[in-house]
Amino acid sequence: MDGAMTSYFLRCGAAVAAVCISTTFAFAADVTPYANLGRDIASNCAACHGTDGRSRGAIPALAGQDAQSIVRSMKEFREGRRAATVMQQIAKGYTDAQIEAAAAYFAAQAKQ
Amino acid sequence: MNAHDGRTRRVRNRRAFLRIASTSLAAVAVGMRANEVRAAVPKVVVVGAGYGGATAAKYIRKWSAGRIEVTLVERETAFVSCPVSNLVIGGSRRIADITVPYDGLAKWGVRVVRDEALDIDPAARIVKLGRGDALAYDRLILSPGVDFIYDDIPSLATPEAQARVLHAWKAGPQTVELRAQLEAMPDGGVFAIHIPKAPFRCPPAPYERTCQIAHYFSTRKKKSRIIVLDANEEIQSKKALFTAAWESLYKGYIDYRPNSALVDVDLATRTLKLDFEDVTANVINVIPPQRAGAIARRLGMANANDRFCLVDFLTYESTEQRGIHVLGDAIQGAPLMPKSGHMANQQAKVCAAAVVALLSGDEVNLMPIVANTCYSYVDDKQAGHVTSVHAYDSVQKTMLVVPGSGGLSLSANEGEGVFADGWAHNIWADMLM
Repeated sequence: MDGAMTSYFLRCGAAVAAVCISTTFAFAADVTPYANLGRDIASNCAACHGTDGRSRGAIPALAGQDAQSIVRSMKEFREGRRAATVMQQIAKGYTDAQIEAAAAYFAAQAKQ
Repeated sequence: MNAHDGRTRRVRNRRAFLRIASTSLAAVAVGMRANEVRAAVPKVVVVGAGYGGATAAKYIRKWSAGRIEVTLVERETAFVSCPVSNLVIGGSRRIADITVPYDGLAKWGVRVVRDEALDIDPAARIVKLGRGDALAYDRLILSPGVDFIYDDIPSLATPEAQARVLHAWKAGPQTVELRAQLEAMPDGGVFAIHIPKAPFRCPPAPYERTCQIAHYFSTRKKKSRIIVLDANEEIQSKKALFTAAWESLYKGYIDYRPNSALVDVDLATRTLKLDFEDVTANVINVIPPQRAGAIARRLGMANANDRFCLVDFLTYESTEQRGIHVLGDAIQGAPLMPKSGHMANQQAKVCAAAVVALLSGDEVNLMPIVANTCYSYVDDKQAGHVTSVHAYDSVQKTMLVVPGSGGLSLSANEGEGVFADGWAHNIWADMLM
């Protein structure tokens, strides 16, 4: 590929990148974060861990737990550093932001 | 009051202002329906108090802080769980162990009406009941479960004939009756089960049932045998788990025959007629093909192959009828979204959050995410699981498995059996208490 062609492709690439960046920023500016993210993600967990994380059986309770501790556990599950039955597989389904929002919700709940 | 409460209140005040400001504009400018900002106390009617409906009813009350009136219509007197019901058939649980009253929903302010929803007038926005007065709604949620299709089983054309061949695919009297038939069967007898073509409610359940009955036979009726006639070409869920259990725990008890489509049933001789063979047994169990419950098939809502209901996965609103939402086994799920109780519980929360938002003039979550965790017991103590996480894809407008998430147990064990029991009690409380 000669210099002119390279330059042409670089220019096209830069133009595409510029459009992508402006689109991304426009998107980010238009969309307000969903206010109930933590509440809703935590409700996914409730099926096994109990409503608002108040568990009745062998599955650990999450209500009133330290948020950082929940986040740390989830990341350890996700990265395979902590042994589990289902939690390694489930943790891989959630982003950091989702995990942090749910952890903050559980931390704010009364234990029982 | 702590900082969290203050923040919540500010948000509420801002929302209240936005609601007032937008009331005059909403109907035309934002496409919001006029009725959604009309009622002082919005009314939601939920039909069916199973994993989907009961969860939706409770969470709408919880997340609206009681600002939305919720009426839950249910024809049965108590909830009986399909998950764990195979253990009642196997004899290691009693029906009382899987039965939960509806009383706990009163604490959330859910009004439970024992009746049957027969018809809907979408223009008047009312649900007509079998006995009581019609119920008015601003939004209607249908979670009726499945009805059985007997069209392709000629001898089971009448309700009387249908009642003579147990499905035990809705937990309750048939669960107890199938257990009784197995207990009455002499040792040396044969139990035959027929599994319909997928999709059907709870993909692993026929194979879990096979395990439970094999557990009963291997401990109490060692000369008895099981014939599994599967219309599918292979085990539909947790294949490795079930195959391992059948080989290790129940060797010689189970005769699994794939590609066995049912042609008819001979009631007098308890014979299952297949394409190429007839199978006569002491106890027969036919799980018929299924479709959305009758109320969800009205008004053109069963628009996927005339069997299940297509929905918008952001709200679970029917794609056919505005203002009517459908949950659970009655919907056409996205690929890899099973018809499970856990899935219905998760769908119900996405729907509840959306319904509260729509009736409050707030934004609906544009990135919902749901998870499925489904345990199956291979005997009275050991269980294994399948799990998956599904996120909304805004381009394809469907739920897709999050890459890398989900998985299976390689083999069943007692530790997961304890978790399976914990799951059952927590999810029942999450729906009903």
